[in-house]
Amino acid sequence: MRSRVVSALALVTGFAFLYIPILSMVVFSFNNSRLVTVWDAQNSPTLKWYHALFSNEQILDAAWLSIKIAAMTASIAVVLGTLAGLVLARFGPFRGRTLLSGMTTAPLVMPDVITGLSMLLLFISMEQLIGWPKGRGVLTITIAHVTFAMAYVTVIVQSQLAGFDDSLEEAAMDLGARPAKVFFRITLPLILPAIASGWLLAFTLSWDDLVISQFVAGPGSSTLPMVIFSKMRLGVSPDVNALATILVFIVAMGVVGGSLWMRRLEKQRARESQLAASGL
Amino acid sequence: MHEYVRLDGVTRKFGDFVAVNNVSLTINQGEIFCLLGGSGCGKTTLLRMLAGFDAPTSGSIFIDDQDMAGIPAYERPANMMFQSYALFPHMTAWKNIAFGLEQEKLSRAEISERVGAILDIVKMTPYAQRKPHQLSGGQRQRIALARSLVKRPKLLLLDEPLGALDKKLREQTQFELLGIQERLGVTFIVVTHDQEEAMTLATRIGVMNRGEIVQVGTPPDIYEFPSSRFVADFIGSVNMFEGSLVEDEPDHVRIRSEELGAHVYVDHGISAAPGATVWTAIRPEKINIARERPPGEDNVVHGIVREIAYMGDMSMYLVQIDSGRMMRVTRPNIVRQSEDRISWDEAVWLSWHASSAIVLTQ
Amino acid sequence: MSNNRHYPALSARLSSGRLGPLWALLFRIAPPRWSEYVLTHWTGKKLVIAMPWLWLLLFFLVPFLIVFKISFSEARIAMPPYAPLLEWAGNQVVAIKLNFGNYAFLLTDDLYFTSYIYSVRVAAISAFLCLLIGYPMAYAIARATPTWRSVFLLLVILPFWTSFLLRVYAWIGLLKSNGVINNVLMALGVIDAPITMMQTDFAVYIGIVYSYLPFMILPLYANLEKHDLTLVEAAADLGARPLTTFLRVTLPLSLPGIVAGVLLVFIPAVGEYVIPSLLGRADQLMIGRVLADEFFSNRDWPVASAVAIFMLILLVVPIMVFQRIQSRELEARR
Repeated sequence: MRSRVVSALALVTGFAFLYIPILSMVVFSFNNSRLVTVWDAQNSPTLKWYHALFSNEQILDAAWLSIKIAAMTASIAVVLGTLAGLVLARFGPFRGRTLLSGMTTAPLVMPDVITGLSMLLLFISMEQLIGWPKGRGVLTITIAHVTFAMAYVTVIVQSQLAGFDDSLEEAAMDLGARPAKVFFRITLPLILPAIASGWLLAFTLSWDDLVISQFVAGPGSSTLPMVIFSKMRLGVSPDVNALATILVFIVAMGVVGGSLWMRRLEKQRARESQLAASGL
Repeated sequence: MHEYVRLDGVTRKFGDFVAVNNVSLTINQGEIFCLLGGSGCGKTTLLRMLAGFDAPTSGSIFIDDQDMAGIPAYERPANMMFQSYALFPHMTAWKNIAFGLEQEKLSRAEISERVGAILDIVKMTPYAQRKPHQLSGGQRQRIALARSLVKRPKLLLLDEPLGALDKKLREQTQFELLGIQERLGVTFIVVTHDQEEAMTLATRIGVMNRGEIVQVGTPPDIYEFPSSRFVADFIGSVNMFEGSLVEDEPDHVRIRSEELGAHVYVDHGISAAPGATVWTAIRPEKINIARERPPGEDNVVHGIVREIAYMGDMSMYLVQIDSGRMMRVTRPNIVRQSEDRISWDEAVWLSWHASSAIVLTQ
Repeated sequence: MSNNRHYPALSARLSSGRLGPLWALLFRIAPPRWSEYVLTHWTGKKLVIAMPWLWLLLFFLVPFLIVFKISFSEARIAMPPYAPLLEWAGNQVVAIKLNFGNYAFLLTDDLYFTSYIYSVRVAAISAFLCLLIGYPMAYAIARATPTWRSVFLLLVILPFWTSFLLRVYAWIGLLKSNGVINNVLMALGVIDAPITMMQTDFAVYIGIVYSYLPFMILPLYANLEKHDLTLVEAAADLGARPLTTFLRVTLPLSLPGIVAGVLLVFIPAVGEYVIPSLLGRADQLMIGRVLADEFFSNRDWPVASAVAIFMLILLVVPIMVFQRIQSRELEARR
């Protein structure tokens, strides 16, 4: 019983630590005072910072740019990452395997400043050598984001593939399907959850990235994190709180909604398996 | 008997480890051939090479007189039924079965007809629209079987087909499998570690040990005329004793065994040198157990009953013979009531017929 | 043209496939030996491997080589602001100028050396604190009932999906001199004057621990969840008290998870830029900030590159250890 209390205590303190900052941001986004941390009881709660946010052209443009880049990044990263995950999980040994394995693990821990610097220098050298990419902007940011995001997708896909044995794929081959067909009709449908979460993860990583974008962005391509960061350096700013609150709300809805839906699916599955096992 | 599958000196090495060692085998059309052996004996590796998931390091495999070298699994005329069934979880039973036919580019109508027919044969028509997780173990097995048979393969490879079923279901399925096989005339190659399964299903059994085929024969052949101590010990239970030849004639041999503490008289000749070390193996059901000493000097030992296992249809006795060794004897319980039944710690005489003992030279 | 004549069978087979017309065209215009090589060697499997491999080679590996090369160059007022390594020195002479000065500079100037040490220290302490907070949480979640477990995991993941930047920002509001924490403590009468928490080591520790906590909890949880509880029961049955069982059975078994979690926090934390920029000290910079300053403020790309190379050298061993653990974890599942 004592361990129960200790466990509960650990969880409560831990989650309090995780959520109090978020809650404080949310609360103060409704604060009328410009001094973000002093609650102006007379005039609050107010939505004026939300209005300010939505009329701020710079922020809106940056947000839209970030979403575009993130969507492109996620889509490309998912293709490359799934291929890499498939290759590492299913294709036995081959020349260059260790290198591929290393190149899909290192980005997971590589400090952003190193990745950002190295990619910028690459783009400049490439421009000098072959004239492409011309200048830095959406294209370079996307390429940079894809490179580190695909590592995450690879890990997710690889671990899901490693989890289920290849007898399903062998059975399909035994029934006459060629390898490409096996991949598209058997493997892909089964790893779809991994691919979906990989897409979402890549999207978030790209959307949220600051350091790498700062290195490889060009004039006129400011992503949302870049805009917010420069605001932050000047101090605390309530419209940022408003932005944070909106974001938290969207994410919370998404995550909670998604997992409730998945739970429902699982419960249904479990019920059906039980019925089958009992002989109906 | 027409030869359908031929293995010529098939060897498979994984680095230094030899999983399959120079196996040569012929399997005839329409027969049920069982590869029987313990885990790690190489039977599954051999099956996978037949299916095309693995290639031999040396040697050739011929199916229907065609060399299978370089031919991938999806182009071979054989189909496999996997131990785990490997049903596609995101497809209904119907779609699972239809998958193989879709690869043959048949018309919708023909696919529909054939799937319907095979569902009927395995008696799973009402479950066609269910997904694998909505089916019980036995039902899944039937769908897996249907899926592998619907393409009308001449050769079906089965990997431990009855392993996941409970005893009652296993018996029932065994006979159904036999029925289906006979009806469709497919050649079966079954891999199993369960001797009962092998004995029931097979027309011929190939016993494997450490990558090699140690004996091939019909179930009675394997059981009553094993060619080595390994096979004798592997199939069923056996009482094995080491001894040496004292008499070696064309029509009989006599063996003296210290372990047995008696002479064994066998009524046929064997090929071995006099004085050579041989082993006698006697099956438990061939031994007679009685309170009175039977006539004769050979094939008789005395002992004390140490353990009795009453199994309903028969009783098994563990008898400690005078030499100290234990012998296993089984007797059917022919009469219902027997106050006279042999009991623990009784002194008994064990005897057997001159034709009952198996003599092994290896 | 000549291809179709020389390799009629191959061209016939290819033209009937899915990408038939494409291959046919390629076949006609490319030199015969080359296209034969491509078509016989670049089978489907190799193509699949090649796509991610080549991308990563070009966009992940090659950049490091370029950084290495530029670290030997010297800064110039130009675009790009560094001198090329190979220069045409006239009279058919090519000069390679390797400027080791950048590295010498780093090794002798105190600023860089102390920054490296400081960064490693901060990252290590943060990783350790993260472990102290994350381990009990992961343990508690792993021992909870399945329904609660998914709820808890959700709660752990949720902050991770919101913006990293904004979550660090949240702490500014809390830690400022007129921030929430100080205001609450003063209102409660616990303190008289605000405690300085911004621009301190303490703030950086909090920032890093807060941001990287999910990265610590998840691998720990993944490991703890797989533990066979019958082992714990066996230990108890043999007379071990709960604490002993934990120290002698659970903790050793969770070591791989601990190492993975610590590395996942430590390695990126060494090069952190955002957190020290917003919350960290002005008098002692972490190496990530040093690199960014060299690059953006001083426009000294060669020195920035040298800083990066040193950072890589520092981190290469932990990265390789992490890679080894990752691949072992994934191989073990097969």
